Parts: sequence; structure tokens; C-alpha cells
Amino acid sequence: MVSATAFLLDLAHKRSRHFNTMKILIIEDDAAASTYLDKAFREQGHVVDVASDGLDGYALASEGQYDAIIVDRMIPRMDGLSLIHGLREQKIDTPILILSALGQVDDRVKGLRAGADDYLPKPYSFSELLARVEILSRRGRSVPAEDTVYRVSDLELNRLTRRVIRSDVEIDLQPREFRLLEYLMRHAGQVVTRTMLLENVWDYHFDPQTNVIDVHVSRLRAKIDKGFDNPLIQTVRGAGYTVRDSAR
Amino acid sequence: MTALGRLFRTTAFKLALIFLLIFTIFAGAILGYVAFSARRLLEEQVNLTVNEEIKGLLSQFNSGGVLRLVRQIERRSHQPGSSLYLVTTAAGETLAGNISSVDSEGLLEAGTYELSYRVVEEGEPRPHRALVETVILPGGFRLLVGRDLDETDRFHTIILRAAGWSILLILALALVGGVFVARRVLSRVDHMTETTRTIMAGDLSGRLVVTGTNDELDRLAQSLNAMLDRIGELMAGLREVSDNIAHDLKTPLTRLRNSAEEALRVGDSSDAYRNALEHTIEEADDLIKIFNALLMIARAEAGNVLEGMKSEDASEIARDVVELYEPFAEEAGIKLVVQADEPISIHASRELIGQALANLVDNAIKYSTEVHDQNVEPSVIVSVVRDGERAILSVADHGPGIPETDTDRVLERFVRLETSRTRAGSGLGLSLVAAVARLHGGGLKLEDNHPGLKALISIPSVS
Repeated sequence: MVSATAFLLDLAHKRSRHFNTMKILIIEDDAAASTYLDKAFREQGHVVDVASDGLDGYALASEGQYDAIIVDRMIPRMDGLSLIHGLREQKIDTPILILSALGQVDDRVKGLRAGADDYLPKPYSFSELLARVEILSRRGRSVPAEDTVYRVSDLELNRLTRRVIRSDVEIDLQPREFRLLEYLMRHAGQVVTRTMLLENVWDYHFDPQTNVIDVHVSRLRAKIDKGFDNPLIQTVRGAGYTVRDSAR
Repeated sequence: MTALGRLFRTTAFKLALIFLLIFTIFAGAILGYVAFSARRLLEEQVNLTVNEEIKGLLSQFNSGGVLRLVRQIERRSHQPGSSLYLVTTAAGETLAGNISSVDSEGLLEAGTYELSYRVVEEGEPRPHRALVETVILPGGFRLLVGRDLDETDRFHTIILRAAGWSILLILALALVGGVFVARRVLSRVDHMTETTRTIMAGDLSGRLVVTGTNDELDRLAQSLNAMLDRIGELMAGLREVSDNIAHDLKTPLTRLRNSAEEALRVGDSSDAYRNALEHTIEEADDLIKIFNALLMIARAEAGNVLEGMKSEDASEIARDVVELYEPFAEEAGIKLVVQADEPISIHASRELIGQALANLVDNAIKYSTEVHDQNVEPSVIVSVVRDGERAILSVADHGPGIPETDTDRVLERFVRLETSRTRAGSGLGLSLVAAVARLHGGGLKLEDNHPGLKALISIPSVS
């Protein structure tokens, strides 16, 4: 029997998604940093809980009522990695993002191995963190990541046949352009940063000195949006890109 | 601690003392054995003499009876330095001899034994010891013949005294030797300690004295000197880096501070503030990039082996990087060519090698745009070739290049050639590439591309 609570919870989730509201747990011992995050997320209309050490954070996270958890790696009373490990052992699969001053390649590897879903080195820009948390929080819920066909307005991308059609006209894309568009469309309506594109489409985590991603996106844009009145690939100033039906 | 105290504490001195102790015990044992043997030999000789004399006297007695014996004894008794003689009747009455009183009640016993008696020397009776043999003759007569042991005793005393002096002499010599050796070693060690102290106090130019004997202290001094050289190099590097950090971080920090201050002073609209803030964030981001690059280099130079290194195809990494930069190059009007068809396995981090190549390609494209020569087609060639046991990943451009005299210098952290000082960039690009190459057991080489620059990363390949 599917319990009423579960049903209501699911409904609540759908509602919150509808209003684009997330419930976020921030586990961070630096009061200034957690206040800053708390305020910034609330300004975006999200609900925030703050824990100032590992044990409190673990207790709150164990209730499993969050859309995303942001955890600092170095916190008193149970460090970040052990906390994540513990939650995953408990089968709590709330998306977790690690914030850490340790930003080297192997630090990231350790973090992800412990069960985190994303890793953001400090210092970070809030728009980067927000974009990542928004995408994490929807991961595996309603976004049809497993769908064969992604659709935004009159643009259609078929992941099996690897064909892209806009207004019944097939668009010829290079393999990398296809992956770029695929990633943007999977997260349609959400902001995707340049770093996220570099990570997910090229699998690189370093910061190129030049914004090579912009050139790739403008190439893709030329193929997708040229000759159409409503551009689907939009630049979000100071953050990144989003694929959205601007006509609606 | 006193000088003597310090001396006693040295290893050399302790060793000398132990050696001395062992040596003394052996010397004592040998001398003791000699003394004992000499004494036994002398006593045996005395025994033999007494025995022979008794045999002679017995034959006198046998041929001439007791009268002849008495006469013989009387004659012998008066010779100087003679043996001890005594002939008594069965009742103990003295017939002849040179012992006036034998400390015996009544009869002399037959056999060999030691006898105490007195000899009057310089008017004073002194106790003497003698070895005597007594036989009982037919008719109850008793004949005693003996020899004074005083001489033997004296000889023995001389030997013992000689042994004692020898041991004392040995002790004294060994002690002096030990002190001498210890002081010699101590003075060298003291010197070393003194030198290391001054070095610790901050004078890194000091070096330990190498005497040239190639003994263990020399070898120790050489190792320490080599270590000091290395430390000196590191210190010099560190000092240079910190100077450069001061310069290259202070410059953007100053710019950041100035623009914020200016906005505060003259800003009159929210747009002006907004622009200033955006500019501030940009500058801060640049600073973060510099920090990240520095950390990366520091880590690479510390030689930490990265997790996540695995077998990768160098050609594939190169193709990926070229693919990433191709649109950017095209937009800049540069032809980006990749020549990497042969798969070459390297044990590497794709991320780091990718970043290193990206740095080189980025540089190459930017510098290529500086050349406006119609005869040279601006192009950047990325190639991966096998060179024996190594994979050579190279990025070549036809930009302004780097003067040969500067090729080593540009690999250092923060060095940017003065001509390009104004261009954006941390100056860490090439040193980061070099650090990544070193981390993978290889190196970075810069060559003249006639014209332009060719950067070669060489990494050991795996089969």
C-alpha cells in the first residue's frame, strides 16, 4: 500500500517544483559563510536549514526531507566525507554538493567517491552554486533524463537516433555539439554554467584561460536558432546559459 | 658542561675506555701467568737441588758412616751462601749443622716441607722461609737439608712489581691515547656543530670542512653539504617565488582596491556601482585563478602522486583538447591542426595533461594572432609522436617565439617576458605545464620553431 504520507510528500514535491522552491540543508561551521548562503538562497525563494557542525547536520539530513544538501568538507564533529558516507550507508540519497577549500583533482575524486554528487571548490560564485544545486535537486525526479526524446518548443532531440529536428528541419550537428545540446536540453529551463558544460560535456574540471565554451555555444546557437524568431539558447548574464522556450 | 665532562661523554673516549679495560684484563692475565710459572720453575729448581744434595750426603753416609757425614756437613756448613744443614741423633740432639735452633719439638719429621726459621742479619733476627727435606738414616739419625726461599721470594716480588708497573703504564698510555683520539674527533665534531649552528642561525652559505681523508666524518660532511646545497636552492627558489607572488598578487589586488575606492568616491549612479562591483569580481576571479595555479604547481613539485592516474591515450587527450579549442582558434583566424593518429599509452591524469595542453594551445593561439605577416599562414600544430620509450606531445606556433636565452627563465613561476608584461595572464602557464610534466615523470622543453615556439612535453609511455 502506498501510504498517504508518501503520496502527500510526492505532491508536496511536485508543488514545490511547480513553485521552483527547494528545501536546502547547509552544513557549514563558518557563520559568515552560512549566513551568506542562507540569505542568498532565501532571496531566490528557497527554504534553508543551517547546521553548524557534522553531527547536527547528520541528524537533520537523516530525516531525508531535503532537496539538496550543501556540506563543507572540513567541519567540526564528524567531517564532511564521513557524514556523506554515513548518509549513503543509511540509504539516504538526497543530492549532496561538497564545498571545499581543497580544490585539486584528487580532492574532487575523494569527494565523489565518498558519495557526493557534485564538488565545488571555494571560493565559488553564488550563481555557480545556485545553478548546480538547482540541477542536483531535480536530478532523478521529474526531468526525463531517461527519455529518448527531449523537446523544447519546436526543437526535438532524439538520443537514440542522434537526430536533431527543429520545425521539421533536420539539423546536422557534430558529435560534441550534439552532446552540448543534449546536456542543455536535459536541463531545459535551468541555468547551466560554463564550468558545468566543461565538466559534463568535455569531462574537464580545470578552468580554461579563455572562454572556449562561449565559442562552442555560439556555434551551436548559429545552427539551432539562426533563422528562427524565438531563440532557444539564451545567455544568462553572469551565470551561463539556458535552453528555454522564450515565446512562452 | 666542563671540557673534561664533554670529553668523557664522547663516543671515541668511551670506546677507548672499553678497549683499555679489555686490554688490561688480558695483559694482567698474561703477566700473572708468567709470574706464576716463574715461581714454580724456581721452586722446582730448589727442590731438585735439595734432592741432589741429599743423594750425595746419603752416599757419604753409606760409605763412611755417621762420622763422615758429620764431617761433610761441618765443612759444607761453613761455606758462604750455603744450604741449611742439620744432623741429629734419634733423640734430637744436634750433631752438626748451621741451624742453631729448629723450631721443632723433639724429632724432625721425614719429608719435604716449608720451614720457618730466623737468620741474624745485621744484628737482628729476621724470619726466613726455607724449603727443607728430612730423611731418617739407619740408626735413627736424622738429616735435614734445605734452601732458603728468600731469593725466590724476592724474585717473585720483582716479577709482580714489574707486572704491576706494566699494567699501570699500559693504563696511562691508553688513557692518554683515548683522550687524544677523542679530542681529535671531538674537535672535528665540535667544528661541525658550530658550522651547523651558524647555518641554523640563518647563514645558509656556510659549509662543513671536508679534510680530504674520505673517512666517515668526511663522508658525513659531504652529505650534509649536499643537503645544504639543496636547501639553499629551495630557499632561493622560495624567496624568488615569494617576491614574485608579492608582485603579481599585489598588482591585481591594488587594481581591485583602486577601482573599488574610485567607485566609492565618484560613483553617483547604481550603474556605476554595479560596474565597479562586476569589475571587482572579475579581478577576484583572476586572483583565484593565480592561487589555484600556484597550489597546483606546489603540489606537483612536492611530487604527490595523484589519485586517479591511469592508462590514457596521449593522442586522444590531444585530439580532445584540439576539439575544445578549435572553434576558438577559428574565430581568432588561426588554423589549429592536430597530428595524433597513433595511440600511445601513458600513465597519466587526463585532466592534468589536458590542462597542460590547453595552456600551451591557449598561449599558441594568442601569440599567433600577434603576427601579421602575409607570407606566414597563422597556424598552431598539435602533435603526438612516439620517441623510443616516450610520448612527445608538442604544440608549435609561428608566433613571436621566445629568445633562446630566455627559454629556461620562462619556465620559472611568474616569469613573463617583459615585452608581454602588460598582457593578461598569470605568468604561471608554462611553469604549470612543466610541473605537470614533471609529475608524470617527464619534462617540458621549449624550442625555436623558425619562426615561433615549439613546446614539447615528454612523458614515459607504457606498453
